[in-house]
Amino acid sequence: MARTATAPGAPTTKLGTTAAELDDRLVISGWLRRTMNKVYPDHWSFLLGEIALYSFIVLLLSGTYLTLFFDASMREVAYAGSYAPLRGVEMSAAYDSALRLSFDVRGGLFMRQLHHWAALLFVSSIVVHLLRIFFTGAFRRPRETNWTIGVVMLVLALLMGVTGYSLPDDLLSGTGLRIISAILLSIPVVGTWVHFAIFNGPYVGESIIGRFYIAHVLLIPAILLALIALHLIILVKQKHTQFPGPGRTEHNVVGNRLFPTFAAKATGLVFLVFGVSAALGGLVQINPIWLWGPYNPAQVSSASQPDWYIGFLDGSTRLFPAWDMNLPGNYTIPALFWPTVVIAGAMFTVLALYPVIERKLTGDTASHHLLQRPRDVPVRTALGAMALTFYTVLWISGGNDVIALKFDISLNAMTWVGRIGMIVLPPIAYVIAYRICLGLQQHDREVLEHGIETGVIRRLPNGEFIEVHQPLGPVDEHGHGELAYGGAPVPKKMNQIGGARRAIRGFFSPTENPAQVELEQRAEDRGLAAAEGDRELTSSGRPSEGGRPSDGGRPQEPRD
Amino acid sequence: MSTTNPQSDPPLPDSGSALGTPVARALARRRSKLRRRWANVAGLLVALVLTGAAYSMFAPAQAAGSSNTESSAEAAGRALYEKTCISCHGANLDGVPRRGPSLIGVGEASVYFQVHTGRMPLARQEAEAQRKPPVFTDTQIDQLMAYVQAHGGGPTLPSGDLRDGDLAQGGELFRLNCASCHNFVGEGGALSSGKYAPNLKNATDLDIYTAMLTGPENMPVFGDNQLTPNEKRAVINYVQTIKAQADPGGAGIGRIGPVSEGLVIWVVGIGVMLFGIFWMGSKA
Repeated sequence: MARTATAPGAPTTKLGTTAAELDDRLVISGWLRRTMNKVYPDHWSFLLGEIALYSFIVLLLSGTYLTLFFDASMREVAYAGSYAPLRGVEMSAAYDSALRLSFDVRGGLFMRQLHHWAALLFVSSIVVHLLRIFFTGAFRRPRETNWTIGVVMLVLALLMGVTGYSLPDDLLSGTGLRIISAILLSIPVVGTWVHFAIFNGPYVGESIIGRFYIAHVLLIPAILLALIALHLIILVKQKHTQFPGPGRTEHNVVGNRLFPTFAAKATGLVFLVFGVSAALGGLVQINPIWLWGPYNPAQVSSASQPDWYIGFLDGSTRLFPAWDMNLPGNYTIPALFWPTVVIAGAMFTVLALYPVIERKLTGDTASHHLLQRPRDVPVRTALGAMALTFYTVLWISGGNDVIALKFDISLNAMTWVGRIGMIVLPPIAYVIAYRICLGLQQHDREVLEHGIETGVIRRLPNGEFIEVHQPLGPVDEHGHGELAYGGAPVPKKMNQIGGARRAIRGFFSPTENPAQVELEQRAEDRGLAAAEGDRELTSSGRPSEGGRPSDGGRPQEPRD
Repeated sequence: MSTTNPQSDPPLPDSGSALGTPVARALARRRSKLRRRWANVAGLLVALVLTGAAYSMFAPAQAAGSSNTESSAEAAGRALYEKTCISCHGANLDGVPRRGPSLIGVGEASVYFQVHTGRMPLARQEAEAQRKPPVFTDTQIDQLMAYVQAHGGGPTLPSGDLRDGDLAQGGELFRLNCASCHNFVGEGGALSSGKYAPNLKNATDLDIYTAMLTGPENMPVFGDNQLTPNEKRAVINYVQTIKAQADPGGAGIGRIGPVSEGLVIWVVGIGVMLFGIFWMGSKA
């Protein structure tokens, strides 16, 4: 076949011509190349946020299925579905359709459970992601905006949860709505008006399910989607942070390109998130609304709890004393106002403003792209530990009646443990975390100065016993290491620097024969030089400064 | 239920004499001990005695009749009572202050519930009597029931099919009357200061019925005016149906809702995810 002449560099394959045609029309190749070449750091903790992203996708998909069958209406109906213990009971159409969805729609119960588990996973992974960002200092300039967006998304995720679990109008969620109504009413001055604006009346009433429904399926997800997009665009624009290490500087990102390595990883993670949500949805029962019964304001059950992420507010309410403030003029601020509106408001405000607060306190206004190890910023780490302890005490107190019952403890004792604990434990956690950070710092410096403990004990002629240390790099005339600490992990065991043979590969079980590896390494020159190639060593990012074990020579005795 | 019976009627002629001399001697001892205190309230006492005497004259026949002839079951029951119950419930079933309430008028239903679930005799005085294997055999429980029933009467055991009630109505009644302490599904709940509403896992039909009828410990009495026998049967039907029902959604994780769900998502969900990304990290 005679070919027509093509311009040099023009595509010849079918795929190539298609791509060229597409680029002719959409002018996409430049953007695509930049995107596909984007570098993602390798560290596992950079995938935490993606768990949240993918569980959000699970939520969108499963939630769409649920909307096909759910009827967000408070119309009174008598149940006539297949769940016998409720047949004939008067209930709202919302609860009725949620029951039908569970028992009479193919795959309905699975989808409901999948959706609910994915929601719990969504919020949990956001929290874990936030902790990673916090403790490594990834929120510092220039990333304060993304931190704030993240906190807003966390609050929106909580709102998603609240509006979502209120929808089935069962006895548990109805109790929750009643509590939300009480919280709103407790706000001074504007409380009543806010309550009327949200519930359209002085009681929880009948408008709320329809309103929450549209908020849950349209408004909040749309805002969340927009914020997620913004979060990611800013992330791409600002590029990833990374942990310090050899070759990693403030001006580069070391890792894998989006395509193919990172794309493969991300795909794997998508399947993992889908798999975990589906496995939980299929195997573990969540929110069995048919056991709770329809909502009736006259009824309430013991052990009525919100989902875990609202539990801390339940806890703070349980711990706070019943201090109603009676002001002149027959005006009362109910005790409920402080533990729910004030404490929660303060917690999220401090969280959102933390980057600003830290900048003010430290005076550090420079741009940072290298992360910090939590031990290197003991104050922040200790503050984080303190906040976590406070949160955990509130959180545990949210379930204190269940804990009291299951572990045979007095509920009053649980309440007092919580009251005292929320004040006493956070400072203790601060001190302990701070000391641990200092201790870890000190150990890093010690290893850099004196070398790794080899475990070899030598007896000197005068009878003294010393342990032989392996310096990490060149040493001065006293035998002290000259390496500076660069913010990266310091090897602390001999086999981390190839002193023993290198570690056998394989995550679940060894994929290599240890003896073979041993032999291979013996064949090489002492094993040290060979192993150090794939080891991360301490440096400030400039390899010339970092030493290598082979430079350091043989294990040396301290010569002080 | 109050722990002290209004110092019931030492001078009353009817039941005291039937109990024989040791009881009379004990009463005499107590009288002498408490004489000084009683002198202060003598006026009140006279009024009480007069009321009691008047009551005993107009009281239903079986209350008076039981004191004269004691069946063999009652005698056996009394022997058991005097061996194991008397230290807290008193010589004349009239209770001991700060130890045990009077049993006059509690009825056989109460005895059945307390003894059959092993709550009585108590292991020790504590916030809540624990359910444990019963100390007495069924025959012995019948004898104790006969003895207590013979002294003051009270609620009796029901008969017939105790699950003969409407399931859905039972659910509504359960959520309205029981769930506030016993939880939606009868998992139980904590009360103040170490007291608790027990879970209904091991409760038999008759246990639940007699508990509603007699209101043990902190539980209110659901007499036949509050819940008719039919409604009680409906509640029992609901509780037992829910208990036996499989969890269609998979593992029930205690059926206590968000607390165990939160535990599962953090331990299993986040646990597996962290393991997964760790694994991916190591594959890099």
